[in-house]
Amino acid sequence: MLASENIPATTPGTARSAADIRQDFPILAREVHGKPLVYLDSTASSQKPFAVLDTMNEYYQMYNANVHRGVYEISEEATARMEKARVKIARLINARQSKQVIFTRNTSESINLVAYTWGWANLHAGDLIVLTEMEHHSNLVPWQLLAQRTGARLEFIPLSDDGQLRLDVYEQLLQQGPKLIAFAHMSNVLGTINPAREMISKAHEVGAVVVLDAAQSVPHLPVDVQELDIDFLCFSGHKMLGPTGIGVLYGKRALLEEMPPFMGGGDMIRTVHLRESTWNDLPWKFEAGTPAIAEAIGLGAAVDYLSALGMEYVQRLEQEITVYAMEKMRTVPGLTIYGPEAELRGGVISFNLGDVHPHDLASILDQEVGVAIRAGHHCAQPLMERYGLAATARASFYVYTVPADVDTLVQGLHKALRIFQL
Amino acid sequence: MDYYREYILDHYRNPRNYGNLEHADAHAEDSNPLCGDQLAIDLQIEGERVTEVRFQGRGCAISQASASMLSELIEGHTVEEVIKLGKEDVLDALGISISPARMKCAFLSLRVLHRSLAIAGLERPNLDGDDEE
Repeated sequence: MLASENIPATTPGTARSAADIRQDFPILAREVHGKPLVYLDSTASSQKPFAVLDTMNEYYQMYNANVHRGVYEISEEATARMEKARVKIARLINARQSKQVIFTRNTSESINLVAYTWGWANLHAGDLIVLTEMEHHSNLVPWQLLAQRTGARLEFIPLSDDGQLRLDVYEQLLQQGPKLIAFAHMSNVLGTINPAREMISKAHEVGAVVVLDAAQSVPHLPVDVQELDIDFLCFSGHKMLGPTGIGVLYGKRALLEEMPPFMGGGDMIRTVHLRESTWNDLPWKFEAGTPAIAEAIGLGAAVDYLSALGMEYVQRLEQEITVYAMEKMRTVPGLTIYGPEAELRGGVISFNLGDVHPHDLASILDQEVGVAIRAGHHCAQPLMERYGLAATARASFYVYTVPADVDTLVQGLHKALRIFQL
Repeated sequence: MDYYREYILDHYRNPRNYGNLEHADAHAEDSNPLCGDQLAIDLQIEGERVTEVRFQGRGCAISQASASMLSELIEGHTVEEVIKLGKEDVLDALGISISPARMKCAFLSLRVLHRSLAIAGLERPNLDGDDEE
């Protein structure tokens, strides 16, 4: 019923500048340590525009009620708005049907859902799971747990020195007949955009199911699940201008229908008896308990915001700022940037400055120039090991990042050089 | 909120009591999973007194400088005095206010010190969370 609702098709390409877009984000007007906040950690979590904040507020103020239950006005309104958000998300990733969009808490939960349901039902001792050396812990640990329980084995696509997947090794691994391939669409450390379409098509040739960790790609570039022919796609709301506590699992219909439920509880059932139950239809079969209603609706507003900009344009904005940043940062003496060239990556730059520990660098940038960057292993310890790094500093960008932000970062890096007398 | 004062950087660049002891009477090591700071401490104890201390590690300036400063608070003091060393002593030595996110860096050496004394049977192990901030 809701899928047929008339939601206007998005009209992308109202080419707003990052400086203009920035005005929509109230937090970017605040100060830290007496300096204007320069937020360069969107890869960890993005900021939220007024449109998202107001939409969530409106839910709580105007139609706060549980969904899928009440037969009264505001509950029906809440249900309709939440299901409308699902349709918007389905449209963003070009899912055939909105019932293929399952709400979870975040990317981690989406991946765990696949591991615990599809993985449990389909993987057996000796079966092969292929991952990569660049995975975030959330696309690594669930598969380790699954392998430990089922006796399946794990193999890894290694990385080249410039942070790209060794596709020659991938082809060799495919000849061993893996059951499952799971990899990041975009690296959260190196920014590398992996050739997902080619990799998925090769996996399908040997009958493998593919899980794509799209936590960094859906927020930053056009992702079309039908074009990719992806089996499962996982992403988080809070990295794409939406709130925390809401994420998405997309799956092919046939796979989702076959899978046993994940968590049991209210909403995911059709009938319940004392000793047995039957399951609700998709997508609710996988959504036990009261969902994150405000968050789902908020994510819908974030999708509206991104769709109005157009994902091609979002990617172009970030590409521009990344090229600018790499150029500027390379002028800083002793600075090392990891990963591929700008045209092969998203808006993520991991780096080190001389022998300054990234945590010291992050503290200096915070205190001296009000720049927020990430420092550490970025939840990708195996990747750090691959490059012999204990930690890196990481600056990351989004639609609201302006060249002046990068200039402030570079100014802070020079300050760090002076403080550490390098 | 000025972490990187000259004396802190001096302890970082020129750590006091850096290295290890071949026949340590107490030894422990640990790392800080958040940022990968690593630290090991060796103590030589004669009678009631800690006669020598060495530490080795790598990590941020705060973790390494605080280890260097802590080593100065240890050497030559009695075991009883060393057991009493706490977070306040480390903060006093650093002379700066530390934000919650950096507490783990500042107190890594203190944690390793007390662990070494516990392993050597000189101090009761602190079982209820030495990680609180």
